[in-house]
Amino acid sequence: MTSLPPPSAKKLGLVIDLDTCVGCQACVTSCKEWNTQGYSEPLTDTTPYGADASGVWLNRVHGYEVKEQGQDQSRIVHFPRSCLHCETPACVTVCPTGASYKRAEDGIVLVNPETCIGCKLCSWACPYGAREYDVSHGVMKKCTLCVDRIYNENLEVEDRQPACVKACPTGARHFGDLGDADSKVSQLVAERGGYDLLPEMGYKPVNKYLPPRARRDATNQKAEALPKPDGSAFDRLFVWADKLLSGKQATVRASDLDHSSKLEG
Amino acid sequence: MHPAYSVILFTTSSGAGYGLLALLGLVGVNHGQASSLWFGVTAMLVALGLVTIGLLSSTFHLGHPERAWRAFSQWRSSWLSREGVAAVATYVPALLFGLVWSGLIEAPSWVAPLGIFTAVMAMVTVCCTAKIYSTLTTIRAWNNRLTVPVYAAFSLATGALMLAAISSLFGRFQLFQVIIGVMLLVILIALKLAYWRAIDTNPRNHTMEDATGLGRIGRVSQWEVPHTSENYIQKEMGYVVARRHAAKLRRLVILLLLLAALALLAAILAPAIAILAALLAAAAGVFERWLFFAEAQHVVTLFYGAKAA
Amino acid sequence: MTEPAVDTSPKTWDEIKTTTCYMCACRCGIKVYLKNGTVKYIDGNPNHPVNKGIICGKGAAGIKQHYSPARLSKPLVRVGERGSGEFREIEWEEALRTATMWLSEVRNTDPKKLAFFTGRDQSQGLTGWWAAQFGTPNYAAHGGFCSVNMAAAGLYTFGGSFWEFGEPDWKHTKYFMLFGVAEDHASNPIKKALGKLKAKGAKIISINPIRTGYSAIADEWIGIRPGTDGLFVGALIHELISAQKIDGEYLLRYTNSPWLIVENPGGADDGLFARNAQGSALIWDGHSGTPMPALSPDAEPKLMGRYKLPDGRRVVTSFQLIAERFLTPEWAPEAVSERCGVPVETIKRIAAELARTAFEEQIELDVPWTDHLGRYHEKMLGRPVSMHAMRGISAHANGFQTCRTIHMLQILLGTIDVPGGFRYKPPFPKPPPPGVKPAGKPGQVKPNTPLPGPPLGFVTSPEDLLVDAEGTPQRIDKAYSWDAPLAAHGMMHMVITNAAKKDPYSIEVLFMYMANMSWNSAMNVPDTIKYLTQKEPDGSYTIPKIIYSDAYSSEMVHYADLILPDTTYLERWDCISMLDRPISEADGPADSIRQPVVEPDRDVRPFQTMLLDLGNRLGLPGMTRTDGSPRYPGGYADYIVNHERAPGIGPLAGFRGPNGKAQGRGAPNPEQLQHYIDNGCHWYYELPDHMKYYRHVNWAYLDWATFFGFMGKPEPVIHQLYCEPLQKFRLAAQGHGKIIPPTEHRKRIQDHFDPIPFWYPPFEGEMVSGEEFPMHAVTQRPMAMYHSWGSQNSWLRQILGRNWLYMAREMAAKLRIADGDWVTVTSHHGQIKGQAKLMDGVNPETVWTWNAIGKRSGTWGLQAGADEAKKGFLLNHLISELLPEREGGYRYSNSDPVTGQAAWYDLRVRVEKAADQSAVSEPQFATLKKLRRAK
Repeated sequence: MTSLPPPSAKKLGLVIDLDTCVGCQACVTSCKEWNTQGYSEPLTDTTPYGADASGVWLNRVHGYEVKEQGQDQSRIVHFPRSCLHCETPACVTVCPTGASYKRAEDGIVLVNPETCIGCKLCSWACPYGAREYDVSHGVMKKCTLCVDRIYNENLEVEDRQPACVKACPTGARHFGDLGDADSKVSQLVAERGGYDLLPEMGYKPVNKYLPPRARRDATNQKAEALPKPDGSAFDRLFVWADKLLSGKQATVRASDLDHSSKLEG
Repeated sequence: MHPAYSVILFTTSSGAGYGLLALLGLVGVNHGQASSLWFGVTAMLVALGLVTIGLLSSTFHLGHPERAWRAFSQWRSSWLSREGVAAVATYVPALLFGLVWSGLIEAPSWVAPLGIFTAVMAMVTVCCTAKIYSTLTTIRAWNNRLTVPVYAAFSLATGALMLAAISSLFGRFQLFQVIIGVMLLVILIALKLAYWRAIDTNPRNHTMEDATGLGRIGRVSQWEVPHTSENYIQKEMGYVVARRHAAKLRRLVILLLLLAALALLAAILAPAIAILAALLAAAAGVFERWLFFAEAQHVVTLFYGAKAA
Repeated sequence: MTEPAVDTSPKTWDEIKTTTCYMCACRCGIKVYLKNGTVKYIDGNPNHPVNKGIICGKGAAGIKQHYSPARLSKPLVRVGERGSGEFREIEWEEALRTATMWLSEVRNTDPKKLAFFTGRDQSQGLTGWWAAQFGTPNYAAHGGFCSVNMAAAGLYTFGGSFWEFGEPDWKHTKYFMLFGVAEDHASNPIKKALGKLKAKGAKIISINPIRTGYSAIADEWIGIRPGTDGLFVGALIHELISAQKIDGEYLLRYTNSPWLIVENPGGADDGLFARNAQGSALIWDGHSGTPMPALSPDAEPKLMGRYKLPDGRRVVTSFQLIAERFLTPEWAPEAVSERCGVPVETIKRIAAELARTAFEEQIELDVPWTDHLGRYHEKMLGRPVSMHAMRGISAHANGFQTCRTIHMLQILLGTIDVPGGFRYKPPFPKPPPPGVKPAGKPGQVKPNTPLPGPPLGFVTSPEDLLVDAEGTPQRIDKAYSWDAPLAAHGMMHMVITNAAKKDPYSIEVLFMYMANMSWNSAMNVPDTIKYLTQKEPDGSYTIPKIIYSDAYSSEMVHYADLILPDTTYLERWDCISMLDRPISEADGPADSIRQPVVEPDRDVRPFQTMLLDLGNRLGLPGMTRTDGSPRYPGGYADYIVNHERAPGIGPLAGFRGPNGKAQGRGAPNPEQLQHYIDNGCHWYYELPDHMKYYRHVNWAYLDWATFFGFMGKPEPVIHQLYCEPLQKFRLAAQGHGKIIPPTEHRKRIQDHFDPIPFWYPPFEGEMVSGEEFPMHAVTQRPMAMYHSWGSQNSWLRQILGRNWLYMAREMAAKLRIADGDWVTVTSHHGQIKGQAKLMDGVNPETVWTWNAIGKRSGTWGLQAGADEAKKGFLLNHLISELLPEREGGYRYSNSDPVTGQAAWYDLRVRVEKAADQSAVSEPQFATLKKLRRAK
C-alpha cells in the first residue's frame, strides 16, 4: 500500500490561479464545512471560543507580498495551499501502516482513518504542509480532493467537484484530470505557464499554480496623454460642441411605428 | 521541528539499550558466557529494559497506540515500519542470547552466533531509526550523511558507558571497557562536531521564492498568515531554537560527553565513577537529541515566513 | 494489499432546503444540507441569480453562526445597573407586555419620543412602515453611517447608484475602475465578475489607499491618499473635456447638460433651471435660435453657450458651467497630483486610456430600441468603461460631492446603462431623486396617529426639511435639518449622543435592532458607553428605556433594559424585497425569501413577527383589524404574502395573483411562499433584450417599469449633472425663499451645496493640525467577516482572531517602528495601542486595520482573554462623532454636510512606538460579565 501504485493515467488535481485569487477564504471554510462532516470527519477545533483558537484545516490561504525587480511597490499575492496530490509523494512511502496511500485509479492521495496510527511522520515528509494532525481523532487529516463529492451519485452533477472549487467566487480554482493533455485544466496550465511548487524536491505535484499576470500600470505601460494643442481648450470645446447634433442617429420616429409588440412585461 | 519528549526519550533510551545489547553480543563473542549469572541477567535486563521503555514511550506520541501493530506491515517502503520490524525482531536473538550468555540455558556454542546476530540486529534497528530522519528530504539538517553514523555512535557510546557502569556494580570493570568507551566518545564527539559543521555550512538552498514559485516575479515576503493563531504545522514544524541558545546547548553536549570520558578514565581508579559517566552520557544524549529536533528546519516553514530552508 | 474501499457516494444529509444567506449584505442563495434536523453543510445555490452557486468564506461558515454559543435564548429584563450584565429571564408575554406598556405611553403622548433604529436590518420595508404606523419620524437603519453618500449622490444624479443598486456590465466592459471597495455589498457578484474580467483581459484599476483583496489582483493600483478621490477624478474630467473626449450626443440627449440655467447673481432664481409656464426646463434650440422645452423631440439643443431668453433673463447651459469649472488649471493633473499622491503621468495616461476605450472600442449590440422621445435606434451603442465605488468614497465628509464627481465622469463618457458601462438593476432607475419625501414635519407627529408618509425620503428643497420655524431639527438624529439636509438614510450614529445631550430633545424609549451601538458601530465608544449609562439628578437614566433585539450577545445587549431575542437566519421567514434593497440583476428584477430550515431550540422569536405582534398590541392601524385582532396573525410570513403597499404591489414581486402567474403587480397569492420555495426561494424575471440598456430613456422599459410599480409614470430619467435641488439650498443660505437656514448654518450650506460637483478637504483634516496628526487612519472589512458577527464564529475567528495596525514600510522606517512593535495611535479625540505590521501596498500617509475585529472582553460568547479583546483593537475609540467646535461653539456631527453620512475615514492620527511594549492592546475595557440570567 505504502509503496506507490504504478502511475495512473488519470491524475486528478487542482489548478489554482494566483492571478485571480482575492484571498476571500471561501475555499477555506467550504473545505472545512464539507470535510468536517464528510470523509475527514471531524476536523477538530481546539479552544474554539478561547484564546489561541486553532483547528484542523485542509486548505489555507496565505498572503505574500512580492517585490518585483526594480520596483518600489510590492504586489500582494493570495496563495491557497493544500495537498498537491503528488505523483511521488514521500508522505505515502514513509507511512508505516499503509494508511497513507495514493489511489491507483485517479492518483488521489488519501489517509485511511481506520488504520492511521497518528505517528505524524507523513506530515514531516510533506514539504507543502498539506497534512494536519487531528488531536481528538488521533489521525492525520489531509485534502481528499473531495473524493466523497466528485463521484457522489447523491449529489447533483454540477456539485460533483471539490467543495473549494465549487465555492470559489472568482473562479480561481479549477479541478480536472491533469493526466489528460486535452483537459481544460491541462490546457490552462499550458496557456498560462502553470508551475509546480518546489519541483526540485522531486515529489512531482499534480496540482499546478498559474502565476499572476504581468500588471499593466506605470511600470510597463507607455506614457501617453490626451493631446493638448496650444490655445484655449475652452474655445476648442466650444467649436466641438457647436457641431453636435443630438438627433442625427435616430432614423425613424417611433411614434410612427407600432412598438407595442415590444412590450412584453 | 518540535522536540517531542516521547521521541527524545525513545531514541535516547532505546539507542543506549541497543548499543548495550550490541556490545553485550560482542562481549559474548569475545568472552563466551557471562562471568556470572547475575551479571548476565542484570546486563540483559538493563539493555532490554532501556529498549522496551524506549519503544513504549515511542507509542505515547501515537494518536492510536492500540494500532501500533499495523506499523510492521510497510517494511518495503517505510523506514519507520522497518524500524518497528527490526526492533521487535531483535528481541528474538536478544532473548535467546541473553538466556545462553547469562547461563540460564547452558549452550555455550550458541553464545557467539547469537551474540553476533543480536549485535547486528541491534545496530540495524538503530540505523533504521536514524534512517527515518536521514531520508526526510524536507528537513535539511536530517537529510545528512552523518545522521546515521551519529545515531550509531551515540547508541554505541551510551551503550558502552552503560556496560562499564553495570560492570562496575558487579566488580567486573575492565580497562578495555574504558578504552572502548573513550574511543566511542571521541568518535561520537568528532562525528557530532562534523555534523554540526555540516548543517551550519550546508547552504539553505530552498527559498520562499522557490516554495511559492513567485520568485519568477520577484522577492517574496510573508504578509498575512492564513490563521492568526499557530496551527499544527507551525507548532510541529515551525519550532526553531534561537541560534544563541543552540550554541550554548551544543557546548553543553560536548562538555557532558567530555566529562563522561573523563569520568570513565577516572573509573580506572574508582570503578563506581563509571555510573556517573553513564549518567553524564545519558544527559548529553537528551540534550543532543533535543537539539537534533530543535535545530532542524522543515522546508514547510518557507510558506510561513522563513526566507530559506 | 489492496486499497481500502472508500465510500465515494456517502449521503451525509437527509434533506436539502434552499434559503437566503445572511452572513453579509450580499444575500446569496444557499442550499442547506440537513440531517435529523441538524445543519450539516451549506453551499451556494447554482440557480440563484445573485451567486449562481458560489459561496464566500462567510457563507460557508454559516453553520458556526447558527450554532454560536453567543445566541440569546430567552427574553431578558435588566435587574442590575446598565452594563452590569444582571438580567432576569422572563417569558415572552411579560416581555411583550413591558414593551407595549413603554411604547404605548410614548405613542399616547408624543410618538417622537421613540427612537427606532435598526442595524443590519434586511427588512427595512417592514421596519420603516412600522415606524410610520407608530407615528415617530425617528427611524432609520444603519445607512447613515454606512454608505448614504453613495445612495444619495447616485439617486440625485442619475436615479440609480453604486452599492447594489447597479453593477458594471461585466459581460462587455473592457476597462473597470474600482474606487474604495472592500469586500462588502454585492461581494460575490463582484468577485465572480473580477474573475471573468481577468479571464477576458479587461483592465481593472483599483483606486484605493490599500492594495489588498480586489486591489491585489487589479492590473493597476492607484494608492491614493484617503479623501482625495474627487480631485483625481476631477483631473481626469479636466483631461477629457480639454481634449473633447466626451460623449456629446449622450450628454445632449440623456442629461441635463443642455438645460438652461438662470444667471442672476443675487436673485432668487439664480442658478435654477429656466422653465416654461408648464414647469418644463428649457434648452436652446440651435435650429430656431429660440428656447424650447428640454424634452422636445424636434429640438437641436445647444450644449454650450450663454443666451438671453425672450423675457430678458440671462441663461447658460449647465454643461457650459461644468466645462468652465473643470477646465480651470486647478483641476489639471499637475495641480492635484501631490495632494492625491498620484503622479501626473499616471492621471494623464489613465485619462487617455479611458478615452481610447470609450471612443475607439465602442460596442454595438444589434438590438433596436426606442428612446423616450420616440426616436428609433437600430443598435445599442456602448462605451465599455465602467466604474464601481463604495465606502472608500462614501465615508468622507466630501463623499457626496466626490461620488457625484465619479458619476459625472461616467456620464461624460456616456457609460450609464449602455453596453459595457454601469447598469441599473431594477427597480432602478428612479426619478432623480425618487419622489418620496420624508414625513415628520412639525404638526405631522401626533399622539396615536401614524405619520402621513414614510420617515425617510428625498428632499428637493428647503420646504421638505424636517425643521421648525426656528430651524430646529425635528428628528433626534438631526437628519433632514440644516445639519444634514439630504440625510436620506438618517443618521443613526448621532442618536445616542443627541439623546443623552437632549439635543434637540430628550427621548423616552430607544428601540434598536441588530446594531452594535455600544461598540463597533459607534463612533467614540467610550463616550457612547457613558451616554448609555448617564443618569439624571433623580437617579434615572437620561435615556430612560432601551429595548434591544438581536440574536446574539453583542456588546450592546449589556446596555439594554429589555432584550427580545431574535432567531438566527436559518430559523426565520424573511423577504429580500424590492421595497428595500433589491437583489436584482442588471438583466432583470429579482427578489427572494428566507424560509425556516430548522426550528429554534431556544425560546426566541423572529424579530419581524414579534414586531408585528407588538404593532398589534399597540393598536397600530396597519397591523390591527378594526376588531382589534391582528391583521397578520401568521406573523411575518403572513405579512410578506398579504401586505400591499399599493394595490397589487407587495413585498414580493414574484408569483402574485391567482395561481402565482402574475409578476410585479397582482393580488396577494396565498401560495406565494410555496411557489418561492419550489423555485429555490427566489424569483427572477429576465428582461427582453431591448429593455436591458438605456433604461433611463428606454420607452419600452419605462412603460414596463411603470406597470411593475417601479415608477409612478413612464417618464425618462434625465441625468442631473447639474443638481438643482442643491442650488435651492444654496439660495436659501443666501436668504431666498420662505425656509432659510439660521445664520450660523448659512456659510456651511452655501459652501457645500454646489450644484456642480467639486472637491473640498475632509473636515477633520482641516480642523486639526497636520503636523500633530499627519497620517490618515482607515479600516477595511475583511473578506471573511461581516461587522462584529464573525468573531463569534469559531471558524472565522481562527482566520482573523485579532487585528494589526498595518503601515507602509517606508513610513515605519521614518518613525523607527519595526514590524511587530506595539504602537500608539493618537487622534484629536483619543489614543489606542495596537501591534504594527509593515507592508508595501498601502499609501505611505495611511495606516489601516481590519474593521470590527476588536471585541470587548466577555461578549460574543468568547472566553475572557480571547485574542479579539486582548490583542484586537478598534479605531472607533479615536473617532469623534462630533467635529471640533466651530462657529460659536456649535459642534456639527462628524459627517458629510449634505447627507449626514458618518465620516469614518476622515480620521487623522499620529503613530508612535509605544513606551509599553506589553502584548496587550489599549484601551482595555472592563470585562463584561456573562449575562446573569436569574429566573
